[in-house]
Amino acid sequence: MPEVKIRKKVTIVEEIFHEGGPVATAPLRRAAVLAVIHNPFAGSYVAEISGFMDDLTPLGLAMAKSLVAALGNDPQLIQGYGKGAIVGSAGELEHGALWHVPGGYAMREVLGGAKAIVASTKKVGSPGTRLDVPITHINASYVRSHFDAMEIGITDAPRADEILLALVMTTGARIHERVGGLKASEIKGQDGLR
Amino acid sequence: MTTSSEASAKAKIRKIVTFVEETHTEMDRAIVPPTRRAAAAAVIENPFAGKYVDDLSALMDIGEELGGLLTARAVAALGIPGRAVESYGKAAAVGENGELEHAAAILHPKLGTPVRKAVEKGAALIPSSKKRGGMGVAIDIPLGHKDAAFVRSHFDGMEIRIPDAPRANEIVVAIAITDSGRPLARVGGLTTDQIKGEDGLR
Repeated sequence: MPEVKIRKKVTIVEEIFHEGGPVATAPLRRAAVLAVIHNPFAGSYVAEISGFMDDLTPLGLAMAKSLVAALGNDPQLIQGYGKGAIVGSAGELEHGALWHVPGGYAMREVLGGAKAIVASTKKVGSPGTRLDVPITHINASYVRSHFDAMEIGITDAPRADEILLALVMTTGARIHERVGGLKASEIKGQDGLR
Repeated sequence: MTTSSEASAKAKIRKIVTFVEETHTEMDRAIVPPTRRAAAAAVIENPFAGKYVDDLSALMDIGEELGGLLTARAVAALGIPGRAVESYGKAAAVGENGELEHAAAILHPKLGTPVRKAVEKGAALIPSSKKRGGMGVAIDIPLGHKDAAFVRSHFDGMEIRIPDAPRANEIVVAIAITDSGRPLARVGGLTTDQIKGEDGLR
């Protein structure tokens, strides 16, 4: 399978102190690491694409490690995660699906075996297209306080023959979470759901 | 009764967002080392939203505070010493209940001094832009060489946006810095090795 050609990397870190309510003692931090890569399948239908997932694995691991570094360099600080992809106009949605395994595997690996499925979204889009990357708790998908999303995008990407790959992590719940449901303190941590 | 400047000498910050961009390839050419730029933006309460206030000195003080804070964040995000910064720029976007002059009060009187201190020298004008807009508005921060405004390889801009800011009563204040010029600069003009660095222009 083809090599992974990276044009650009972008890191975004948000530090949230409040949203009109009490100022948090520890601000919520959310970060996204984005990579813009060449889409080797752009321009025509290619039947066999799945081998490219293996090629993406080292990039996924590098991006997951950068995310942990951007949020304080301690995997123990990470409580939520998500992933996404925007495929340029000469590609197809299925090319974005190539990111599920290497992106998700990388974050679980770097976080020491997180249990919950990594929430994800993807679309075909033009340069500057925005993507709302969903976020859930890393060990139990039903933890309501950690349902969140981070909007990402890059002004000049993805070009037609590119894919924008995204990984997102957070250090906690929504800043003023108060709608009940399963709490992080109640996680059993066996099935990745509760 | 307190004056406006005493009442809000410190910025009330809701969030801070940093952005780092690295360009590794452009038009199939490897960029070695990658060009890198960073922006740090603070979302603050606009103490003067919704009313005309004549004395904007509180916002000038906020500008001074944010100039130091945001430049430190952006420099740290690139992981370089301040003196290694090559170009810089600043911008503000005022929420719909504010006034363009509020952006001017933050950006122009006092913000530059701590920025220059952080990047060591900074003889050149800090290029700036300002606008009023809704949440998620694109903010194009102009970039120019910090010691010689005419260095053509470093004329650039960095677009940032924050999806949930500025709210109507907020202002987004941003500083951008780089450790390099454009990825494949080749339109001539003054080059970095020709900088005299005396007048801020050449």
